[in-house]
Amino acid sequence: MLKGSLGLIALSSLLLSGTAFAQEKIKVGVTATLEGTYTVLGEDGMRGHQTALNVLGKKIGDKELEFIVASTDATPDSAVRAVRKLIEQDKVQILLSPLSGDEGIAVKNFAKTHPELTFVNAASGAQETTYVDPAPNFFRYNMDGAQWQVGLGKYAYETKGYRKIATVGEDYSFIYTQVFGLVLEFCGAGGQVTNRQWVPLGTKDFASVIAALPDDVDAIYLGLGGADAVNFLNQYQQAGGKAHLMGGSIMIDQTILSSKGSAKNALIGTIAASGQADTWEDPGWQKFVKAYQDSFPENKRFPSPSLLATNYYGSTMALILALRQVNGDLSNNQAKLKDALAKIEIDAPNGKIKLDSNRQAIGTNFVTEVVDDGKGALFSKVVKVIPNVNQTLGYDPAVFAKIGLPSRTVPECKKY
Amino acid sequence: MARFIERHPAWALIVIIAVAVLAWLVFAIWPPGLEAAIGRKRVFLNAVLNGITLGGLYFLVASGFTLIFGLMRNVNLAHGSLYLFGGYIGYAVSTWTGSWILSFIVAFIAVALVGVILQLAVFRRMEGQDLRQTMVTIGLSIVFADLMLWVFGGDFYQVQTPSWLIGPIQLPLLTAIKSSGEPVYLQYPLVRLVIFAASVVIGIAMWLALNRTRIGMIVRAGVDDRDILAATGVRIQLVFVLVFALGAGLAGIAGVVGGTFQSLSPGEDTRFLLASLVVVIVGGMGSIPGAALGAVIIGLAEQLGSVYIPTYAIVVTFLIMVLVLAVRPQGLLARR
Repeated sequence: MLKGSLGLIALSSLLLSGTAFAQEKIKVGVTATLEGTYTVLGEDGMRGHQTALNVLGKKIGDKELEFIVASTDATPDSAVRAVRKLIEQDKVQILLSPLSGDEGIAVKNFAKTHPELTFVNAASGAQETTYVDPAPNFFRYNMDGAQWQVGLGKYAYETKGYRKIATVGEDYSFIYTQVFGLVLEFCGAGGQVTNRQWVPLGTKDFASVIAALPDDVDAIYLGLGGADAVNFLNQYQQAGGKAHLMGGSIMIDQTILSSKGSAKNALIGTIAASGQADTWEDPGWQKFVKAYQDSFPENKRFPSPSLLATNYYGSTMALILALRQVNGDLSNNQAKLKDALAKIEIDAPNGKIKLDSNRQAIGTNFVTEVVDDGKGALFSKVVKVIPNVNQTLGYDPAVFAKIGLPSRTVPECKKY
Repeated sequence: MARFIERHPAWALIVIIAVAVLAWLVFAIWPPGLEAAIGRKRVFLNAVLNGITLGGLYFLVASGFTLIFGLMRNVNLAHGSLYLFGGYIGYAVSTWTGSWILSFIVAFIAVALVGVILQLAVFRRMEGQDLRQTMVTIGLSIVFADLMLWVFGGDFYQVQTPSWLIGPIQLPLLTAIKSSGEPVYLQYPLVRLVIFAASVVIGIAMWLALNRTRIGMIVRAGVDDRDILAATGVRIQLVFVLVFALGAGLAGIAGVVGGTFQSLSPGEDTRFLLASLVVVIVGGMGSIPGAALGAVIIGLAEQLGSVYIPTYAIVVTFLIMVLVLAVRPQGLLARR
């Protein structure tokens, strides 16, 4: 009897709440790498996403946004599986996906099979995603890996005086793109890249890779991320490594700089470039850092948002602002929304962002150096801010096309 | 040894030549032609040593796995979870007390207790039902993985290496001679050597315990014929619990080792489960020397692969497994 009446009450309250909040929902599917090597990156990406919702709210006119999250593991097939599940089972209308380079290329190709839906890239940064055969319904509000390296090659050559470097990177599209950007600028300035080592994503034991690092170079560039980066640093410290280091955008990032243990101290003084710098004094950036810090208790976040949090924040922000411009109108295959997304310029925390004709971001880049704040926490300090970085890195598009697509051996080390 | 040479003279010759070539590669100064062809000697020596030390870690995980299988015919697919759990315990203890050694002891005891509970609460109820045990352990490994994700989050943890173990030492192995005639010796991370030595000691202790003690005799008898052993009045359930506790405890120790020279994070559990499966398949299910041989082969294949054929490094391990399954499906050192 009691059970029955309780059930009745529960049921009626459910119905009541249903009528009270009956409003149209816009369903958005989000993917992040919540498994595997890049787990920490995915988690902080989601924190950035949540921060954006806290700041901007979920209301679009009289409609409300509903987000459904799916997990991936940085492999392209896991991303397509997650996106397909979100579309077919959860019936999402808009995708905020994916996080990692190879995933981005796969999701972009998949986007073409659903031209009626809208795909907003969450954080992935392979060049190919928007440069080769871009999908008309795929929008990217973060720069690609090569854009994120702008300024580093020149700074290393001119200010630091490095002449010969070697690179170690994870063997997939995003890191190819990063090394592409670095090599182009460093070799263009007159430097030499003598050796490029590639390791599989998810490598745990770097001891042999470390032993194979050349001795006759001025610095070693590390294009690693997540667990791989932490493992590398740990074993590098154990092997007594002392070379100058240079870092890629997810290597010199809070995901690594605030890892537990002392191995990260090898990074103090390392120069890097990325779409953000932890200590930038711009009020917009400081406001974002504060919003991020206020959104989560101290032990559930990094001291300062990672690049992934910033990217997820930026893409969520672009989506919400564009949806508000069209008042949540998704009729006619979301034509109005796509139009608004292509034109919108956002005041992202890491500088103004607008899209080019391939729907790829043009934004601001930062050259940084890792510093210790005196209390044992590491941050990336701004060395140089470079506005208006486009996908062809300032090259003439025809010249840029001749360089070829980023791969293990492209570009060659020469002046283009 | 002499009998082997008599029976397989051709094989013996090949083995002797291979050992001689390896010894020459390790001890001689490489001529410039060879260095040009396959790279510097330092890289080769490092890869070999790394492979052997990584094999030490794999042995620690796989020996517990194979011991449990050998006695109880029980494929414990939650073994990887025990590894990761041990690592987390080790991390917690070493940050709390600052003692690296203590973290091993606590991890061993804590994970062994989990093993005892598993044996009493789960495996005892489904003795001899392979499929059911397999499904239950897969289920348990998923539950454990989520529980650990809940408690420890997705961060990377590293067990702090004590300061006296950080950094490289010089080994009496020549890598090159400078133009000034000064010899260059190999620098190698000390912590890996210590860990390798520890796993050798553990391996020998296990072998001695199995072959020289009364308990070991009972365990070996149990491996051969469980029912007859039980019929002779041995309290077989108690032996099962002990062996399970030891196997689980070893996985726990391996977790601390793995957390020291690699890192701990969600996903490591399945990686080490897979590694120990491959190791015991190559070495032979249920055989401790087999686990040692398998671990060294897989460790060497991974490390040499990552240096000399980086693109296909991942495949090499599985190729070895396929090859062993095709040629000697019971494993290299299996008894039956």
